[in-house]
Amino acid sequence: MKFAWPWELRRAGVLNMNKRNIDFIGRYNPRKYYQRVDDKLTTKQLALANDIAVPDLIGVVQEQHEIADIPEMVQGRSGFVIKPAKGSGGKGILVITKVENGRYYKPSGNEITPSEIDRHVSNILSGLFSLGGKPDVAIVEGLIQFDPVFDGYSYEGVPDIRLIVFKGYPVMGMLRLSTAASDGKANLHQGAVGVGIDIATGKGLRAVQFNEPIEFHPDTGKRLMDIQVPNWDTLLTTASSAYEMCELGYLGTDMVLDSEKGPLLLELNARPGLAIQIANGKGLLPRLKHVESLGNKFMEVNDRVAYAKVHFGAHADC
Amino acid sequence: MHSRKPFYIFVFLLVVLGISSSIYRGVEHRVPFLPGEQVNTWAIDAKVSFIGQGGESEVSLALPQDPAFEVLIEHTTSAGFGLSIMDDADGRRALWSKRAVLGQQDLYYKVTLVPTGISRLAENTEPTAPEAPVWAATEQTAAQEVIDAAWERSGSNLSYARQLVTLVGTEKSQNLALLLTAQTPSRLFINLLAAKGVPAREVSALFLEDQRRRQQLVPFVEVYDQGEWYLFDATTGKEGRPDNLLLWERQGKSVLDVIGGSNSQVSFSMLMETRPALATSIDMMETTQGLDFSLYQLPLEEQSLFKGILLIPIGVLMVVFLRVIIGIKTSGTFMPVLIALAFIQTTLLTGLVGFLLIVACGLMIRSYLSHLNLLLISRISAVIIVVIGIIGIFTLLSYKFGLSEGLTITFFPMIILAWTIERMSILWEEEGAKEVVLQGGGSLLVATLAYLAMSASWVQHWVFNFLGIHLVILALVMLMGQYTGYRLLELKRFKPLAGE
Repeated sequence: MKFAWPWELRRAGVLNMNKRNIDFIGRYNPRKYYQRVDDKLTTKQLALANDIAVPDLIGVVQEQHEIADIPEMVQGRSGFVIKPAKGSGGKGILVITKVENGRYYKPSGNEITPSEIDRHVSNILSGLFSLGGKPDVAIVEGLIQFDPVFDGYSYEGVPDIRLIVFKGYPVMGMLRLSTAASDGKANLHQGAVGVGIDIATGKGLRAVQFNEPIEFHPDTGKRLMDIQVPNWDTLLTTASSAYEMCELGYLGTDMVLDSEKGPLLLELNARPGLAIQIANGKGLLPRLKHVESLGNKFMEVNDRVAYAKVHFGAHADC
Repeated sequence: MHSRKPFYIFVFLLVVLGISSSIYRGVEHRVPFLPGEQVNTWAIDAKVSFIGQGGESEVSLALPQDPAFEVLIEHTTSAGFGLSIMDDADGRRALWSKRAVLGQQDLYYKVTLVPTGISRLAENTEPTAPEAPVWAATEQTAAQEVIDAAWERSGSNLSYARQLVTLVGTEKSQNLALLLTAQTPSRLFINLLAAKGVPAREVSALFLEDQRRRQQLVPFVEVYDQGEWYLFDATTGKEGRPDNLLLWERQGKSVLDVIGGSNSQVSFSMLMETRPALATSIDMMETTQGLDFSLYQLPLEEQSLFKGILLIPIGVLMVVFLRVIIGIKTSGTFMPVLIALAFIQTTLLTGLVGFLLIVACGLMIRSYLSHLNLLLISRISAVIIVVIGIIGIFTLLSYKFGLSEGLTITFFPMIILAWTIERMSILWEEEGAKEVVLQGGGSLLVATLAYLAMSASWVQHWVFNFLGIHLVILALVMLMGQYTGYRLLELKRFKPLAGE
């Protein structure tokens, strides 16, 4: 078990939890706008109003008695996702990838009974997954037809792209790939693979699993550094424009690539985690400081993206 | 970015206020800084006896007034006498009076004294210089020789007194032998001092010795020099006050005046008692300052309640430290503090075993409940009832097996336990047993550390008796709320980023 010296991390510009909370979240994220990202239903409605592409909204379950409507709601669909509107950290998300004769199957192929779905939705409504246990609503979304470019890079789950957007500038990016170890989930601490992505090009830089650098996907054996995220510019623009939409200065955007609709905004996060630094092998602080040094100069979304590509790319100095 | 200066000034003020009020409490009210400290107190009985003549009587007894001792309790026993306690220029005196007094009378004055540790006898007003005494013709020359010899060898009033007292007390020259035939050593000493205008007076003192009876007051002499009285024993020629000396009467007046009685005398008996220092200082506050603004005024039941409540800041401080500085994750922010409070009632080992047993049983029952598809609220309510049942069964079982420790697990906060079980059960379903052990273990670790901090006897002593300490804790918590540095566990987490 090895510990780093604090000054080594400071020299590397590593952002830590306390500093993130006080100097970035506390200072740049006004409390009154949290609702916009903490409630995924609100986020979705805002995104639609701002012409940002999101996964289909099939329906919303707000009351216990509406749970019975779910089978009717998803009729004719091959798959769907049920998630709590106020959930955090990916908790409470139920993905059904196959519906056959009224029977539901999870991505792992395991069947899930209708009563289990009922209980899950009931739990969501009671606030089991929401922050502070507040009563919640369940969102039923269309399944994402994820882009085949990532075939072989992800095990069971949908790979998603996390971008840290600071004052509207995309500063760091990461691709999260689920593994057998992470049980199809995209959380790095559960064993998902994090691939640092070059802001300038959308190319893979380095990959880590359980904090250790790796070269190949542990389940599929594909070389992770070869990844090139398609539609990279659209992704950056979408993420960058989320700043205007929710007005949070320090923001994490989660996106997925749909094979038909392109990049879709999955959710926004007012308290994005710090693992992205490990995936990139780089501290966030120099980039955040760089953006802070720009002051309050106004820039259009496209200019911000262009600026970020020049200054925060793999070959730039910070 | 606004200035942080006011914040730091505020925190600094909190710390200063907290520490200084605690020191004030310790020094001024003599609340002991450590628990379990003992203090020696003296219980002294003064017995005044005289024979009444049949008419009215008035008895006036000087009461002790010594900065080295403080009165804790005093009372008098005197059948049929009216009593008043005077406090005037003549010092404190007890005044007994009765119309018709005949025969042997015994009056008692009982006092419990606590040593204050102040041995200096400071004086604010300078006493008037005495007039030179008139010596008898036979003594005149002898006195003058003694005075001259001492004056010669001294540089100040005090050193003059020192010279004199050794002469009077030890050196039996012819001159002194002559002088002492006419006067007592103290009287002579005072007269010799008065010859040079040095203020001095005779005081009556009592040697404190455990379990002594029928003791008499002994005369000492106080000599004034530059704002302070110095104590001399003219009979032995020694300067200074012995540790076990109590000054009973210091105004140079008589100790006992009896009008309308004969054969009057006062004698003393005494007993040393060892009392807890804390209880003594609380009693003291009651008698002297009327308890100002303090928790000791509350009824005992509320006091013991507050003893528990005032431990919470310590637990909270511990949690803030472990989360912000160390970086340990807990399930439920302050759940560990509540568990730690329960541990205080149950003791650590019983508490840990009880907690694990209840949570384990709860998890098993919860896994059955999860098949029933209940609404969350009713499911948790069911878990609460089941937890109460489990606690009941464990308590009964441990009673049957004669394990009295098991009886204390009723102190666990049941609703918190039910939520813990629910959360852990969900965690188990979502992220597996490993995460349950990890998070539950983290919570128990923090609870244990908080318990260790809260159960230390000196911590319990401080948080209740020195309320200022809570201001210091508040300041620490606020300071840690400003800490933007790396948490200890982040040094490990981000190790791969160091030096790349």
